[in-house]
Amino acid sequence: MAETSTEGAGTIEALTLVPKAEGRQSMKDFKSDQEVRWCPGCGDYAILAAVQGFMPELGLAKENIVFVSGIGCSSRFPYYMNTYGMHSIHGRAPAIATGLASSRRDLSVWVVTGDGDALSIGGNHLIHALRRNVNLKILLFNNRIYGLTKGQYSPTSEVGKITKSTPMGSLDAPFNPVSLAIGAEASFVARTIDSDRKHLTSVLREAAAHPGTALIEVYQNCNIFNDGAFEALKDKQQAEEAVIRLEHGKPIRFGSDLSKGVVRDAATGDLKVVDVTADNESRILVHDAHAASPTTAFALSRLADPDTLHNTPIGVLRSVDRPVYDTQMADQLDTAIVQNGKGDLATLLAGGDTWTVVG
Amino acid sequence: MTSQVSRTAEQADGAVVGEQRGPGGTKDVRRLDRVIIRFAGDSGDGMQLTGDRFTSETASFGNDLSTLPNFPAEIRAPAGTLPGVSSFQLHFADHDILTPGDAPNVLVAMNPAALKANIADLPRGAEIIVNTDEFTKRAMQKVGYAASPLEDGSLDGYSLHEVPLTTLTVEALKDFDLSRKEAERSKNMFALGLLSWMYHRPTEGTEKFLRTKFAKQPQIAEANLAAFRAGWNFGETTEDFAVSYEIAPATTAFPPGTYRNISGNLALAYGLIAASRQADLPLFLGSYPITPASDILHELSRHKNFGVRTFQAEDEIAGIGAALGAAFGGSLGVTSTSGPGVALKSETIGLAVSLELPLLVIDIQRGGPSTGLPTKTEQADLLQAMFGRNGEAPVPVIAPCTPADCFEAAMEAARIALTYRTPVMLLSDGYLANGSEPWRIPELDELPDLTVQFAQGPNHTLEDGTEVFWPYKRDPQTLARPWAIPGTPGLEHRIGGIEKEDGTGNISYAPANHDFMVRTRQAKIDGIDVPELEVDDPHEARTLVLGWGSTYGPITAAVRRLRTAGESIAQAHLRHLNPFPRNLGAVLKRYDKVVIPEMNLGQLATLVRAKYLVDAHSYNQVNGMPFKAEQLATALKEAIDG
Repeated sequence: MAETSTEGAGTIEALTLVPKAEGRQSMKDFKSDQEVRWCPGCGDYAILAAVQGFMPELGLAKENIVFVSGIGCSSRFPYYMNTYGMHSIHGRAPAIATGLASSRRDLSVWVVTGDGDALSIGGNHLIHALRRNVNLKILLFNNRIYGLTKGQYSPTSEVGKITKSTPMGSLDAPFNPVSLAIGAEASFVARTIDSDRKHLTSVLREAAAHPGTALIEVYQNCNIFNDGAFEALKDKQQAEEAVIRLEHGKPIRFGSDLSKGVVRDAATGDLKVVDVTADNESRILVHDAHAASPTTAFALSRLADPDTLHNTPIGVLRSVDRPVYDTQMADQLDTAIVQNGKGDLATLLAGGDTWTVVG
Repeated sequence: MTSQVSRTAEQADGAVVGEQRGPGGTKDVRRLDRVIIRFAGDSGDGMQLTGDRFTSETASFGNDLSTLPNFPAEIRAPAGTLPGVSSFQLHFADHDILTPGDAPNVLVAMNPAALKANIADLPRGAEIIVNTDEFTKRAMQKVGYAASPLEDGSLDGYSLHEVPLTTLTVEALKDFDLSRKEAERSKNMFALGLLSWMYHRPTEGTEKFLRTKFAKQPQIAEANLAAFRAGWNFGETTEDFAVSYEIAPATTAFPPGTYRNISGNLALAYGLIAASRQADLPLFLGSYPITPASDILHELSRHKNFGVRTFQAEDEIAGIGAALGAAFGGSLGVTSTSGPGVALKSETIGLAVSLELPLLVIDIQRGGPSTGLPTKTEQADLLQAMFGRNGEAPVPVIAPCTPADCFEAAMEAARIALTYRTPVMLLSDGYLANGSEPWRIPELDELPDLTVQFAQGPNHTLEDGTEVFWPYKRDPQTLARPWAIPGTPGLEHRIGGIEKEDGTGNISYAPANHDFMVRTRQAKIDGIDVPELEVDDPHEARTLVLGWGSTYGPITAAVRRLRTAGESIAQAHLRHLNPFPRNLGAVLKRYDKVVIPEMNLGQLATLVRAKYLVDAHSYNQVNGMPFKAEQLATALKEAIDG
């Protein structure tokens, strides 16, 4: 990516406390000196390039950016970013990042995680980070497989998945990460695809601007253990029929010539895909990412067929304003000083009841 | 009333003083050197509150004191049952004392269960005050009394005061618009009033406390005050209580200074705030509620005006994770828990060892394994603290020895963590956490300087002359690595749990590098500067008693008894469990016999034997209670003679 203006961040509410870069930045500034060691052909390369390419647009001082990850292929990500970074332990990145972000509001904190890291071993931390709405941007690389441990089924694998640990097919019903996040009170939930750099970047842009926790599910291809998992969404011809590109304020239509649309079923209140006709055109749902109720966003997240991936919405499903945890935490500290004065250690230690012994 | 006077066997930590007639009143007033009182009742009877109030009165009067709250894990165990008994023991004296006392001189038993659960601890001649209203046939049957212990002669060896506490309380409150049930609730205040009269306790503190506590319910405040005063007046007027007692302030026991009463958990919380101030770093506590550590979370969350951030996490792992994240960002990161929580935090402690970031892990030990005895004390997490991680993951371990000492222990833990960039384990326990004692409030200029220097710029020059920052280039003295916090330009770096190359911190799987890094991390902890072990040995004894943590009080009291009885015994107590003081090996080898009393099955003894090849004798108790001084004295005497 070419050099980009550094004026963007000043207008982004979520980042007002983060110092700006002094000069112009380029993608190169965000590449670390470490050799990237993912398998050739891994979808992670595309995501890394998109993130490195997007960062100059934010124009933040790179010393005030931190990437925190857990364990898994995706979690090697921080090593390749020339920012501060921590490659922690399996599943715990949201917890560690919560401590960092809530104690340092001058930082832009990003979490990089995978479907196993975020939804299996770290499921608890993910849902609690989302409900708290800490100022974190969580990139969840979903390849529907365990890659680093060489190919076991993951919590997003389809039922019946044949893997090394499930030779007769997996029995677990998968999580839909977007549904899960909406159910966990997430204030920002989006989905994008590793190979669609333009879309991925647009989602990063919206996430960065969001005050609070943003969860971005990135469909990512593992070409070694689960190759082609998202082919239905990538192959140009198939994708036209399978992918629903959500844009706030626009009718939800897709397919060749936008022949399909999403309407609300009057009988059940649920959403369904219809062929657009002159009769029903006015009933096509207009996407409202900022709707206070999560109901419609959740219904959108359920449209996709988990096996064929047909009717998969991508884009920002939900983006609402909600109090931000770290802001409120800082406010409580300020309020405590207003109410009780700045803490005085000698007074604290003395307490109420004392007695004096004279020599 | 002989029970009120220290018996010979218990005199070792103080002399008996004579009695005198009270100057103004008609009743006798006797002077005592020390008293042990135990309040016992149902867990809903308010015994902890009663004990706390009596303690506060006693502290403000200037006695030395030591307390032992003892309560069930259930919030409201079935009423009237033995498992539901809650008690609070207080030992106070006109001189320096070390323990809550072995055997109460006075037992206040609010019901038959409280009597039955505690009578075995009372020496003959002790005073027992029972609430006769609760000694119904049914209540007595419930705890297995076939006949009334008040009538069957089984208490003949004691000085029994039969007081209808409930009836008297209800009677005293008859002018209040309260139901009988509501009025009965104040019976603990009646008991407190009676005991306050018996021991000449000041009452202003309790009156003020009740007015504040029930500020929004003035009628309840007044009712409790009325019950409290009625209890006092009952003592003064009834013929059943012919004598009251004075225990003079312990003026000579204490160095000059200003004092307050303080519990272990409160002292620990204050120590953390003080460490934050002395280090000039914001305090961040990540914690998950767990008995008996939760009070640290509660206390710190009240002090946000000190810049203290408290984070009640979704689980133990997130508690320490958030603390470690905050430490990466330059906070003084702390997590507080008990043994089960440490088990869950182990992996993150290992990460902190690998990241070499400062972090305090506070373990308020309780009975284990598993859920164990949540409200009882034990010292059985020492080996978990030492070794409970995968790989070679050395962690410094320190332990406070008294409730008030938790303050200094917290500061010392912070010193080590900040100086050596390492997680530090602090092992307190349920006895220290909830017990209390007088504490000389330190002057701020007495507190240690804990300021740290964050990395500010490059620390290494490459062969081509380029100035770079190496996150794992160490201080040659301490072997600590630089602490470069986000926001520092030019020092961007990545750290993680994968093995790192010496110096650069880049991922390295090289065999020789791993061997070097494992040894270096160990050498850093082994090289921590800790004070030499002091030995108290006035008579060149042949036997040494070595302790750690909360056994300090009982061991010291036992040693005093033995020395008073003419025995020679040396005593040493470890604050630093890892690394041990440099001179520990030499100290151990000076004695023919080393005895190590522990509230576990010999964990320190295991470490000492392994490291120094010394045949240390273990003396163990794991019944959820602290050692008794007399029991220890007997065991130590056997060791001396054996």
